[in-house]
Amino acid sequence: MMTIKATELTKTFGNFTAVDHITFAVQKGEIFGFLGANGAGKTTAMRMLCGLSKPTSGEATVAGFDVRTQSEQIKKNIGYMSQKFALYENLKVWENIRLYAGIYGIKGKEIGKRIDMILEQLGFEKEKNTLVKELPLGWKQKLAFSVSIIHEPQIVFLDEPTGGVDPVTRRQFWELIYQAADRGITAFVTTHYMDEAEYCNRVSIMVDGRIDALDTPKNLKYQYNANTMDEVFHMLARKAKTAKS
Amino acid sequence: MKFFTCWQGKRRRQNRKFAAFSSFVHKEFLHIFRDMWTTLILLLLPVLMTVLFGFGITTEIKNGKVAVLDPSKDVATQGIVDKLATSEYFTIAYRVNTEQEIDDLFKQSKIGMAIVFNEKFYENMLHTGQAQILLLADATDPNTASMLNTYAGMLIASYQMELSKNLGTTPLQITPELRLLYNPTMKGSYSTAPGVLGLVLILICAMMTSVAIVKEKQMGTMEVLLVSPLRPITIILAKTIPYFVLSLVNLTSILLLSYFLLEVPFVGSFLLLIAVCLLYIFVALAFGILISTLVNSQLVAMLISGMVLMLPVIMLSGLLFPVNNMPLVLQWFSCVVPARWFITAIKSVMIKGAGFDAIIKEFLILLGMAVVLLGVSIKKFKNRLE
Repeated sequence: MMTIKATELTKTFGNFTAVDHITFAVQKGEIFGFLGANGAGKTTAMRMLCGLSKPTSGEATVAGFDVRTQSEQIKKNIGYMSQKFALYENLKVWENIRLYAGIYGIKGKEIGKRIDMILEQLGFEKEKNTLVKELPLGWKQKLAFSVSIIHEPQIVFLDEPTGGVDPVTRRQFWELIYQAADRGITAFVTTHYMDEAEYCNRVSIMVDGRIDALDTPKNLKYQYNANTMDEVFHMLARKAKTAKS
Repeated sequence: MKFFTCWQGKRRRQNRKFAAFSSFVHKEFLHIFRDMWTTLILLLLPVLMTVLFGFGITTEIKNGKVAVLDPSKDVATQGIVDKLATSEYFTIAYRVNTEQEIDDLFKQSKIGMAIVFNEKFYENMLHTGQAQILLLADATDPNTASMLNTYAGMLIASYQMELSKNLGTTPLQITPELRLLYNPTMKGSYSTAPGVLGLVLILICAMMTSVAIVKEKQMGTMEVLLVSPLRPITIILAKTIPYFVLSLVNLTSILLLSYFLLEVPFVGSFLLLIAVCLLYIFVALAFGILISTLVNSQLVAMLISGMVLMLPVIMLSGLLFPVNNMPLVLQWFSCVVPARWFITAIKSVMIKGAGFDAIIKEFLILLGMAVVLLGVSIKKFKNRLE
């Protein structure tokens, strides 16, 4: 079953084509890496899939809903975590969880259980009443991820979720993504770290608004005769008109 | 906190949409209260300003519009009226036939002074050598009243001298009798209390709202909220409600201070007063939302609210400098400053006891401003999403 399906999806701003006829599909429970240099069009594509911006042409469905006409339904069925830190610094840990539980329509009685569940899962029981701004960055990101899937969405969009986080915490962060994927939550991840690309089930690489490669990390490495995803990425990125990375 | 607990209990029975909304509003309150300094400033600043403006600031005001009630219409009354009309301080704006008309004009703030002559003014003066003129001045602006009085007195005295010279014979005596309306003891606080209301409400509503919304944009949390099932209008509404509540607290504290400490009278309808204040708060909130859709940093939001909103309110609304004293261009500009209309309306209602019919123009202008501002910002907000 495909949870995300994009066909010839395109977005132009004036003369500039940010996303250029991309076609791909993501399966349920898959961890899908969405790679590309800065300015390759990743964020624009992701915004269209989240229902934040309307495509110029082409089609896409997310969780079975059309991005053009059913963005309200899409929003109920997805989670989102951005590269900027998305929790409120001067709210306590449990208050942040409660806020998002409320926003996603979880019922009053259920909210308390979810708070305890998340705290236990992360081993944060002692930090329940800590203000979020006092947590280390890696902890905040883990908390933000758990909060973004508090409503058990079908898909979670992760936009550079591990930026600036140390390798050990990044490893723990990916454990959380795997746990979510095991429960059937599809993860759609953009990242700068090529070692993380290796953790994905499948990877797409965007160059100048187009998807130039899409396969499992293993196949991609074989195809480009490379040892690491990093090499694959650089081979593709070098072709870009506006190479930045 | 009791407020929240009871709110939470109630929440379970409400539908899910409202639950999402209320948890958002709750969070917004937490933001405010957790920042002790902000809370203190928000609650104490109005008090401080009321006291400072009430006691410390004197203003120089001039309103030269005059109404004339002249039943005798003879050489002398015409001479005096001409004398006033040709001076730069007065404009003869209305000629009326009854005292009731004068009263109405004052309540609608259309005139600053009225001149009432007796019947057979000139005849009496020739017979008795004496005559009285009644000068009525609107003392809600005490400085205006006393200045107008002085100028009018001087002009009348000079006319009296000319007349005596021409007639040559007996010296004539014209005595102007002054009556200060609404504020017989000439208290400055009468004009500053409404001004402070106009200033503080704009400050709290527009500045705090715009900064709070822009903060979410800057922090990246707005992005997350937009991806959530919350509708944009819900987000905006939830962000403004806490500031709306705060401004109600401020409104109460300023009104209490004005009444008990500054002894400003409340003559008019209390309900009407509150209605005008709510409308003004609405305008200010809409202004804040508009600013937040235009800028992306808290600092810029603060500067814009400061420069574009606060300064005109202080300088152009009639709080410090009288609108009628300004160069014409600035007078036109002052027309787009909401506080100008608010302050006029509040003075009419609070101090003069005017009814709704007297402030209908101000009310409609404010209402129009609110509608336009909200319309533009909702459009802007939607565009930004695209």
